[in-house]
Amino acid sequence: MQQPGRAAEIKANGIGKSFGSFRALDNLTLDIGRGEFLTLLGPSGSGKTTFLMILAGFVQPSEGRLFSDGADITDRPAEQRAAGMVFQGYALFPHMSVEQNIAFPLKVRKKTASEIKQRVGEMIERVGLKGHEKKLPAQLSGGQQQRVALARALVFEPGVLLLDEPFSALDKSLRGQMQAEMKRLHQETGTTFVFVTHDQSEALALSSRVAIFNHGKLLQVGRPDEVYDRPANRFVAEFLGEINMLPVKGVKPADNGAIGVCEDRAVNMRCKAEAIKGDAILAIRPEHMSIAREATTGENGIAATAVASTYLGAATKLDLTTRQGAKVTVSVPNEVAAAALSKGNSVWLTWPAEKGFLLPDGGQ
Amino acid sequence: MRGTLSDRMGAALLMAPLLLFLVLAYAWPFLGVVKWSFTLPTPGLGQYHALLTDDLVQSVFIRTLRIAAIVTVVSVTAAYAITVVWVRGSPVQRVLAEFCILVPFWISVLTRAFGWVALLSNRGLINTWLQSIGFISEPLTLVRNEFGVIVGMSHFLIPFAVFPLASAMRSLDERVLLAARGLGSSRMRTFWTVFVPMTRSGIIGSAMITFVFSLGFFVTPAILGGGRSVMIAELIYLRIFQSPDWGLGAAISVVLVVFVGALMALLFRYVKPKQLV
Repeated sequence: MQQPGRAAEIKANGIGKSFGSFRALDNLTLDIGRGEFLTLLGPSGSGKTTFLMILAGFVQPSEGRLFSDGADITDRPAEQRAAGMVFQGYALFPHMSVEQNIAFPLKVRKKTASEIKQRVGEMIERVGLKGHEKKLPAQLSGGQQQRVALARALVFEPGVLLLDEPFSALDKSLRGQMQAEMKRLHQETGTTFVFVTHDQSEALALSSRVAIFNHGKLLQVGRPDEVYDRPANRFVAEFLGEINMLPVKGVKPADNGAIGVCEDRAVNMRCKAEAIKGDAILAIRPEHMSIAREATTGENGIAATAVASTYLGAATKLDLTTRQGAKVTVSVPNEVAAAALSKGNSVWLTWPAEKGFLLPDGGQ
Repeated sequence: MRGTLSDRMGAALLMAPLLLFLVLAYAWPFLGVVKWSFTLPTPGLGQYHALLTDDLVQSVFIRTLRIAAIVTVVSVTAAYAITVVWVRGSPVQRVLAEFCILVPFWISVLTRAFGWVALLSNRGLINTWLQSIGFISEPLTLVRNEFGVIVGMSHFLIPFAVFPLASAMRSLDERVLLAARGLGSSRMRTFWTVFVPMTRSGIIGSAMITFVFSLGFFVTPAILGGGRSVMIAELIYLRIFQSPDWGLGAAISVVLVVFVGALMALLFRYVKPKQLV
């Protein structure tokens, strides 16, 4: 039904929003590509929902301009923007049946009765709601309401679909199912999706790009693997998942990256030192560290003492303390953890040079 | 909201004085009225038979229903408009609306009825003004007829009609309205196809309260109707206090109470009591 060419391309240029003295969004410049699945990720109050509301036209930015396919839509009211939107809690019309809910945007657009009937029928089939056409929203389960909301937002073939934490009310297994369904709908329709969530695993799993917000600022935008493996700063690093932070001294550029001193041992880093020189923070994800019996030359490694373990089924989370007192968590195979805890507790922590990245010391 | 047994005992105890008062002041005397309707002047169903055949009683009944229906439509419509402002307006508009809703409660029904007489009578403010600007040459008959009664009663009942509507509008999920607009619906269309249907329970509650209140109105129709637009409560009063016809007055009262009771039962089938406040 949807021609991929119809997907909208959106440019936000210096968008800012203040509510009284509260700065909800600050100088946001972001390009959203045609047909991409962009996730806006951040804690509550970070500005992600404000930006979504600005995209929908429900909130007027205090400054900056917004463009859709090159046209300035900053002052265009919501009802003329043709953005599909799925709200937190779905916001279905409680007095209308499933069918009537989905038909609503088509009726507003004065489509003929036969076209409405056909497109609503197609959409109901596509989201798997056949047999529920005449039911009221209150008679549906959470997952089914979610499908109605998606169908209603997509039936008029909007250039962009905006989703405000659509899965927050669903239980875990249903969440996974709906995420898969949404990915499929994104591929089938080819529409641009802008998705708001505070759940980092959801963001990494679904999106083609992730934009991370905090305190009204866009901190980083990139592919899931880019932002996860190469976070721009400490907040992004910590928000996207558990991470170990080790102080590293005397950082300077080297042949293929940077070198420095961590816990009195020389360490190599593949990433560019760039602006970071002298003292810095070396950040490594728990799953990128391993436990070794003894130090090997030429590899990054520091001495540590295993203090506790948490069995997670597939792996074990091991808590260690380094010689200089830094706390480190690693995710290792179960038998490695057991061995580390049993044999005098003193082990070597190692990691490949390309998995460690540098962050400015103490900075955000 | 289901508490423990002792909670419910406590609640019953707190309500007891009011219940006792209602029983002593209303239920008990009403039983006396029921008894009169079957015994005065002679035992039997004579008064109820008269009620079915008496042209005057029937015309008053029909007039009462007609006036109550018109007043309900006028009051609920006006109340709907002011409630939208009260619940969804800007802070200043809200304060103004609240003022307009609450002030009438501080002025007695009698004062307000005479206020309307002063405005609507042949030499009242409205007629004088219309004549002075040359819009009319003869004064319009705005009072001592059904029109005056409807104006006065609607004015009295609008604040009462507001509360069930406000309750319905306050519980409405704002996001549903945003959703409608986001899907392309204009403000006007959203109002009529989403907002109004979603406040349906408030409209029903508001209409029922207004209608039931209207049926029992006495002071306002007596003053603004000027004896020419007698409603049922006034008829009961006339039967009991100005004629020896206590039995017929009692029978009309019983019919009125049963009718209102049936309406309330119908109301509570569609609307929960907590939606009315």
